[in-house]
Amino acid sequence: MANRFPSPFEAETPPGAEGWEDLYTYSLPFSEDRRDYEEATFWFQDSIHWAEPLTPWDATWYEYAIAALSQYNTRHYLIPPALGIDYRLLNGYAYLTPVPVLDGAEIEARVPQFMERAGFYFMNWGDLYDKWLVKMKDLIAEMEAISFSPLPEKEDMEVITEGHGTGSGLTIQEEYRGLLNLGLKLWHYHFEFLNLGYAAYLDYFGFCKQAFPNIPDLAIARMVAGVEVDLFRPDEELKKLAAIVVDNGLEDQLAGGLAALEGTPFMDHWNSVKHPWFNYSAGNGFYHSDKVWIEHPEIPLGFVAGYVERIKAGEDISRPIERIREERDRIVEEYTALLSSDEDREAFQGKLGLARVVFPYVENHNFYVEHWSHSVMFRKMKELGDVFVKEGFLASREDVFYMKRDEVNEALWDMYSAWAVGTSPRGPVYWPREVARRKGIVDALRQWTPSPALGEPPEVVTEPFTIMLWGITSESIGMWLGAGEDADGGLRGFAASPGVAEGPARVIMSADDIGQLEEGEILVAPITAPSWAPAFGTIGAAVTDIGGMMSHAAIVCREYGLPAVTGTAFGTRDIETGTMLRVDGSSGTVTVLD
Amino acid sequence: MSNRFIVWFNDYRPDDRPRVGGKNAGLGEMINADLPVPPGFAVTTEGFETIRNHPRTVEEVRELLATVDFGDPPGIRELSRKIRSLIEALPMAADVEESIRLAYTQLCGRCKQDDVPVAVRSSATAEDLPDASFAGQQDTFLWIRGADSVVQHVKRCWSSLFTDRAMSYRHEMGHDHEVVSMSVAVQQMVDPKSAGVAFTLDPATGDRSQVAIESSWGLGEAVVSGEVTPDNFLVDKVILEIHSRTISPKHTELVMRADGNGVEWHDVTAERQQAPSVSDAELLEITRMAKAAERYFGAPQDVEWAVDRHLPEGRNIVMLQSRPETVWSRKAPRQVSEPGSGFMDSIVSTLLSPVHTRGSVPADDGEA
Repeated sequence: MANRFPSPFEAETPPGAEGWEDLYTYSLPFSEDRRDYEEATFWFQDSIHWAEPLTPWDATWYEYAIAALSQYNTRHYLIPPALGIDYRLLNGYAYLTPVPVLDGAEIEARVPQFMERAGFYFMNWGDLYDKWLVKMKDLIAEMEAISFSPLPEKEDMEVITEGHGTGSGLTIQEEYRGLLNLGLKLWHYHFEFLNLGYAAYLDYFGFCKQAFPNIPDLAIARMVAGVEVDLFRPDEELKKLAAIVVDNGLEDQLAGGLAALEGTPFMDHWNSVKHPWFNYSAGNGFYHSDKVWIEHPEIPLGFVAGYVERIKAGEDISRPIERIREERDRIVEEYTALLSSDEDREAFQGKLGLARVVFPYVENHNFYVEHWSHSVMFRKMKELGDVFVKEGFLASREDVFYMKRDEVNEALWDMYSAWAVGTSPRGPVYWPREVARRKGIVDALRQWTPSPALGEPPEVVTEPFTIMLWGITSESIGMWLGAGEDADGGLRGFAASPGVAEGPARVIMSADDIGQLEEGEILVAPITAPSWAPAFGTIGAAVTDIGGMMSHAAIVCREYGLPAVTGTAFGTRDIETGTMLRVDGSSGTVTVLD
Repeated sequence: MSNRFIVWFNDYRPDDRPRVGGKNAGLGEMINADLPVPPGFAVTTEGFETIRNHPRTVEEVRELLATVDFGDPPGIRELSRKIRSLIEALPMAADVEESIRLAYTQLCGRCKQDDVPVAVRSSATAEDLPDASFAGQQDTFLWIRGADSVVQHVKRCWSSLFTDRAMSYRHEMGHDHEVVSMSVAVQQMVDPKSAGVAFTLDPATGDRSQVAIESSWGLGEAVVSGEVTPDNFLVDKVILEIHSRTISPKHTELVMRADGNGVEWHDVTAERQQAPSVSDAELLEITRMAKAAERYFGAPQDVEWAVDRHLPEGRNIVMLQSRPETVWSRKAPRQVSEPGSGFMDSIVSTLLSPVHTRGSVPADDGEA
């Protein structure tokens, strides 16, 4: 077994992708300028969020998200042992590394500041979270208000009579800069609570492990789960729509799509819930190519049709919230009774209580940020793309995502300047040629298989967020180095959701394909975003390449009572569709059956 | 019907304890707790005393004991042989024998089987010595059929109060031989596919959220005696998940003899040696029962169980014994919280020494 991963400087550029570095901010790729540091560092590929190579504009979310996460650790709360997460691109793929605080004296000096700052948030969580919901919705409203329209032949008369003193060329540039600022602000909001939420959860988790050394991680998670969270709302609404179809005999109309359903009770409900609940990405929300339900109604309607069939087969498709909650209460009561003293019972109740206070945020933020806000943001960018198409800069609205975010400013300048001068911009010649070249590069990058990690692994992973969010531990690194196979040729991962299931595998690489899933199949995917929820009514179990106990796959499977093994590293590579599998979500093993 | 000499397990009341001994009392309490215990009855110490107080026993045993040198093991063995033959040769008091025969006939009726096979087990007791341990000093007889044989084996249990081990133990502890009395359990025989023990905590860590189960083929004696390395399982008591399993090669099993009387050791085929001796469903059922016993007795338990090969899964687990766990129960309890420290202190210390544990990922056997 190898004891290290390849160096980032050993990686070959896939043929046809030469010059890929120029598609991104100059600070993103690994480079000779920082080679000593970059080579001495352990990096892991973040395939939870960025399993595919990024297009130039989509790298914006990568940079905004990781910088904002880091900023809260480093500058807001002063997490004692952890600075931020450093981030790079290799052949367009995202690689991360946690940055620890190594100096003991510095860690110590950060402790009282952390306690004061984080303590304030924990003590006032409810009020601050209420405020968060308000400012989050305000931010989305601001985003919605942004509009891009082609520059006029001449300014309106009001511009003259009202003495504006500015024109449409300035406005369109301001609107774009405003949109970018809202995007960065969005990611600030995202991490305002999340790191602290994880810290509280880890503390509760650690207490459980100390009190009960053998307690399964999923038992710890189940004690905080089962609450009604916004994350499940979109799927709940689909189930309601399915019930409306059955109650009103609308099966034929459903097959005809939204137009055929016009004027029925179905549309009444659809229209009343589509904002915000169907601003829901069929992917994880980080790619412009992810399909959003509201723009691709065929996706949610397909899920509704699946639910209709199940209702008609006599099945109860509601999520058994009452049962989950009762079971959760029983589990809590029994573990509490097993603690050895009243002091421990009190401490446990306190930690469990805090974990439950923070958990709704941990679960819900994903809907507000990655689904709802990103859907709006991408929609606005496509409107801007339309302007570029009209001015001949681009052939298609989606080509705007082949511009770097700051190049959009330059293109707008080119457009504005030529409009102001009354001459031809360079863009209509420059951009179609450049976009075609860049598409070729990104396509070539897609053919490359990223190593799960780079560089020499640390002896032990201790950075809390790396463990919690990415499921990167000393064990998972060991699994990657051992190619993820156990002695019997099966796969190993995290025991993420209990139970055992057998069935044929269905390897699904992209959310677009979840319609292929058939009843009882084992879903094998790089990740499962929460938007895949309708798939969970069909499958028998889930296996993912990446993710820990708190990955979306783990959370959703526990909620739906399905076995799941996450973080197998090579599930999608080693398993073929149709292979009979046995998934043991209690022991974290996937076995190929003969 | 219970009487002076007989106490049915399902008639047991706490004041019966002195005359039925700890083992029978435990079986009676388990039945009171609705645990699935095979039916049976205790022959009380009063029955034993008709033999012990027999003039010939009193006189001859005293004479024999006066001559023995406890530093001479062959001498003790010879003494034991003599006392036991004496007791076994004496006729049983008529009212005791009638009571036993009647009870056995009723047991056959209850089990709907003529000459129902039973286990006849000793249950020693010493009213004045509540802490004395007599475990394993007296005899047990398995697969006993027919009233004559039951009566004979009750006498053999009585006489086993005078095994060389038992006498040496009493001598060492300074107990008078007369302070100890003997009750006998007569209980329907279970024909176990497999059997073993269950602790309602993890013996390795004292983790009370776990049930540790050891299991092997055939009768539980294979596990209890250490004759085989049993299969080993750890089951989470609360969410009922089996999260650790070690299957060991179980080379031998104790089973009913071919003629249906008594037991004998059989070799286990290579294939069965490597197969788990209990199913997952059976493990979960054993766990539920061990939990129920722990709840009823109010302390961690050490339980003996068996899987009856003639009953369908779901109804095939029986419990044969439940006693308090003794090792961890004597230690100071595990205290996790630090008194006087606030939740922020705890969060900080978690961040500074994070949970390096990813408990649910099973460690590789051997190399990491």
